[in-house]
Amino acid sequence: MGRTAGLIAFALLAATSAAAGEDTSGWATVPGGRFRSALALADAPQGSPVVRFVMMETPVTNRQFLEFVRANPRWLRDRVPTALAEPRYLSHWDGPTQLGNRSLPNSPVVWVSWFAADAYCRSSDARLPTWTEWEYAAAADATRRDARSDPAWRERILAWYAEPSVAALPSVGNDAANAYGLRDLHGLVWEWVEDYSALLVSADNREQGDADELRFCGAGAISTSDRENYAVLMRVAMLSALEGANTTANVGFRCARGP
Amino acid sequence: MKRLQIAAAELAFIALTLGALVAHSAPTLPRDSIYQLDAALTDQAGQAMRFSGLRGRPRVVTMFYTSCQYICPLIVDSVKAIERGLTAQERERVGFALISMDPERDSPAALKKVMDDRKLDPSRWALFRPAEADLRALAGVLGIRYRALSDGEFNHSTMLVLVDAEGRVLARTEKIGSDPEFLAAVHAAAAG
Repeated sequence: MGRTAGLIAFALLAATSAAAGEDTSGWATVPGGRFRSALALADAPQGSPVVRFVMMETPVTNRQFLEFVRANPRWLRDRVPTALAEPRYLSHWDGPTQLGNRSLPNSPVVWVSWFAADAYCRSSDARLPTWTEWEYAAAADATRRDARSDPAWRERILAWYAEPSVAALPSVGNDAANAYGLRDLHGLVWEWVEDYSALLVSADNREQGDADELRFCGAGAISTSDRENYAVLMRVAMLSALEGANTTANVGFRCARGP
Repeated sequence: MKRLQIAAAELAFIALTLGALVAHSAPTLPRDSIYQLDAALTDQAGQAMRFSGLRGRPRVVTMFYTSCQYICPLIVDSVKAIERGLTAQERERVGFALISMDPERDSPAALKKVMDDRKLDPSRWALFRPAEADLRALAGVLGIRYRALSDGEFNHSTMLVLVDAEGRVLARTEKIGSDPEFLAAVHAAAAG
């Protein structure tokens, strides 16, 4: 599809969805910039450019996901291909089209596979954000676009990881908006990204030097350039351990559009 | 009586129509089939098809890219070694499908060149360029992780996946070179 056609389609869709008012959460624009990931990327030591994109202000909720599975029965938990979602998919709902005590309407949807998250975003003419886009957006605090070097900011984020999980997740949107107007990037759920399987992290260096079981071809696994940024590194470790059909109690997602 | 004849004719007509319908629509894929993923592929001959078009016989499926110097030639070697390990009769019953992780550069012509250079028999080998938008999902159902590097190379894991005629995973291996267990599984699939 030509770039122009894509842009027109996008503009039309943006207009129709605004008219229908279906996106209660709204979308926020994230201006482009140069970004240095907490991951040491051998091929981009000076960081890489991020192009302007838009992102859902909050993660997709149970209510929104319920609308999606109603409109796309292939993604109901009793019909979904098991190659695309493991048996625990949406297991916290009371029924295939019924939320419950553990899945409140305004809470972020979890127990969703990458394939289901991808399908949801495609159905909204959007896509999952890339890891770089997510990390870039999540580096902001309320006033700064990159707050990562602030120890107080790091402490606050890490505090969440130390809290025990609760039975029902809180609602989306309670968190204060960051500099881009995005909420809940930290402190509520972990989120799928489009290139979850690009995060080639080895637990250790086991694979290296063993020609029979070379796991990764090319420039070697990703290492870290910012050891202090535990919050980001934990997310990477989590995503790098997941297969696309996996679902967990604390991984949800949000969608992005553009550039 | 006439009424009965008409009813019988109608029934026969309905039965014929239903029969035709069943004959023309492939039976439903099992829920655990990797072909449940709807993805677009183009083969080395420029023929467009859906991923589910690979159903019909057991296949060894994996990913590679043609400009890869280091490990991808070894991936082709590994699959060729499997092919050599089969009897002539077994060979007729299996297929080998290699999907590119570099759709931007791997045109049908580039894929065809690999087919020719590596002397891959088109009656059982096929190389594919996936739609860019389906690449990550295809890698996902195969259990392959990859990252495009800024120099045009790819950092990637290696995985050969054996599926039955309906796309159900029978065996996987991350080993480059020989894996006797995986070969045994291919023998079994070709026999069945």
